Amino acid sequence: MQALTNRLKLVNRKPMTFVEKLYLWNILKGMAITFRHIFKRKATINYPEQKRTFSPVFRGLQVLNRDEEGKERCTACGLCAVACPAEAITMEAAERSSNETHLYREEKFAARFEINMLRCIFCGLCEEACPKNAIYLSQTFAPSNYSRKGFIYKKDDLLIPHPKENPDAYAKALGERKKITN
Amino acid sequence: MFFTAIDYWIFLEKAILILAVVSISLVIAMYATWAERKVAAVMQDRRGPNRAGPFGLFQPLADGVKLFMKEEIIPNVSAKFLFVMAPALAMITALMTSAVIPWGSSVHLFGRDISLQIADINIGILYIFGVISLGVYGIMIGGWASNNKFSLLAAIRGASQMISYELAMGLSLIAVLMMTGSLRLSVIVAQQSEGFFNWNIIYQPLGFLIFFICALAECNRTPFDLPEAENELNFGYHQEYSSMKLGFYLFAEYINMFISGVVMATLFFGGYDIPFVNEAAWGNHWWVALLGCGMLMTKALFFVFLFMWIRWTIPRFRYDQLMNVGWKKLIPLALINMVITAAVMLFFSK
Amino acid sequence: MGVTAILFWILSSLALLSAIMIVVSKNPVHSVLWLILVFFAISGHYLLLNAQFLAIVNIIVYAGAIMVLFLYVLMLIDLKKIVDPQRSLWIKLVGVATGCCLLLVLIAALSKADQTTALTQTIGGNIGLVENLGKILFSEYLVPFEISSILFLSAMVGAVVIGKK
Repeated sequence: MQALTNRLKLVNRKPMTFVEKLYLWNILKGMAITFRHIFKRKATINYPEQKRTFSPVFRGLQVLNRDEEGKERCTACGLCAVACPAEAITMEAAERSSNETHLYREEKFAARFEINMLRCIFCGLCEEACPKNAIYLSQTFAPSNYSRKGFIYKKDDLLIPHPKENPDAYAKALGERKKITN
Repeated sequence: MFFTAIDYWIFLEKAILILAVVSISLVIAMYATWAERKVAAVMQDRRGPNRAGPFGLFQPLADGVKLFMKEEIIPNVSAKFLFVMAPALAMITALMTSAVIPWGSSVHLFGRDISLQIADINIGILYIFGVISLGVYGIMIGGWASNNKFSLLAAIRGASQMISYELAMGLSLIAVLMMTGSLRLSVIVAQQSEGFFNWNIIYQPLGFLIFFICALAECNRTPFDLPEAENELNFGYHQEYSSMKLGFYLFAEYINMFISGVVMATLFFGGYDIPFVNEAAWGNHWWVALLGCGMLMTKALFFVFLFMWIRWTIPRFRYDQLMNVGWKKLIPLALINMVITAAVMLFFSK
Repeated sequence: MGVTAILFWILSSLALLSAIMIVVSKNPVHSVLWLILVFFAISGHYLLLNAQFLAIVNIIVYAGAIMVLFLYVLMLIDLKKIVDPQRSLWIKLVGVATGCCLLLVLIAALSKADQTTALTQTIGGNIGLVENLGKILFSEYLVPFEISSILFLSAMVGAVVIGKK
């Protein structure tokens, strides 16, 4: 039979030598290994004080974006919901009334927009699918919760802070990931 | 009247000594749990407990509080009295061994010579063996009274393991006893305290090795922790225990470790003797005795570390391997060691 | 009454009480535990006689090993299934007869009690210390000592033979 990989290793089935039969020598060798590990660099970090930096391509919690005037970009076209392989996104569209022009960028907007974080696999396909740059994946991850209900993120949980009213939080939420102009 | 003839100071002295020894053993056992986690962590490139206090030093206190706060559960179908008694038995037998150990040379305080040994009986080693052999009961009774088949299996394993290894342990010691000619621990230490080359380990390396392996088995430590084999027996003989009753079992294990470290240091490593130094020349000061006591502690704690080191290195034996090692390897080896020692002694005495 | 006498009475009553409890208790495991207590009381008696070696060996061998094996066997038995069998009158009579025989032997032994009390020595005696015991065993009683070890050997061989079957 042809080997699938070149990592094949033959098992050594030679009878044990006298030293091996004594076990003690090998046990001492093992203990030397564990002793050496005492001085090795620790893999753990002190989490709340130290945090690991995410890689620039890290895909975390979704954020619903606004433009620089604070209008919501989402038009509830549903492309993200279609693209979502885990079917985590639900939305409901509504028409913008004349006194809501400062709230929504286009005439159609998402009245309801939910992402089920228990289903979401953070693949980022929603971001790819969005024609309006309205949704993107940030560099934070979903915090733990006591109930399943808490993992269904509503629009309030997903929307980015208002860039005019709360510019610091907006900048923080925008993060390194997306510098959107237009 | 008979009672007036008794020296009452000796009661006070011994009471204080007992209190000190017991509380020191308990504190060391407490910190041994911390050390175990820390040693495990650093050997696996982790950090270990570091949240409660500096270096996580308050962790044992937090653990103790947690154990006290936990709900006491006594299973409905258990033998209730025995169920409660078993952890106490385990703890008592763990603590009782320390009675015959000479913790240091005698101290001259308040015009009295105070010996740092609770009871200097002439069958010291046999006493230790007696207490160790009683240690099985804590495990057996606990395992049986829980009325749980896993506990029972673990208890049976523990009992057979301890009985098997006690034999090799005793046989390995006979060679030492032949050399010292006394069962009195204070005499054994005194004979070794003349210098580093009088330590029994120099003459009895094989005996020490056998004793050490048996001590691992007697303390139910890896690679001999068959009674607690999680993957086969869930949690072992203390499966049904909760709260401080479980804590007693866990504590008893660490006290056993510490005490067996002390016994090994006493029998093979010169007890409270400070190596390469003739401390007898410094005179009979209290600080010399204290230094000796500290030396004994250092030796014992090294053994405790060694126990942990072994635990986090070697996987556990299979049960038949355990019995094979005990009966077919260690006992013949101990017998050979005994015969060789006797022959050499006979040869040199002529 | 000296300390020794007080201890003697305490230990004796403990031994007798536990001995009675062995017979009385329904659960065999409890019986074994009471028996262990008896051994401890007897070891205490040995200590009063200054026979420390005997005391500790009694604990190591009987309480520490043999009783563990007893417990070992008893724990493996499903105790719930054992129903107290109804014994026939004939067996009861035999039991009474053997009990009376034992009583007779005990009385016969105790009738010479003043002699035995003269022989036992409390604290002053040191025949039970390891050194003296060892010397006597290996000089005066060497042959019986070795023969008894052969007895143990034969028991071991027997156990191995049964185990191999």
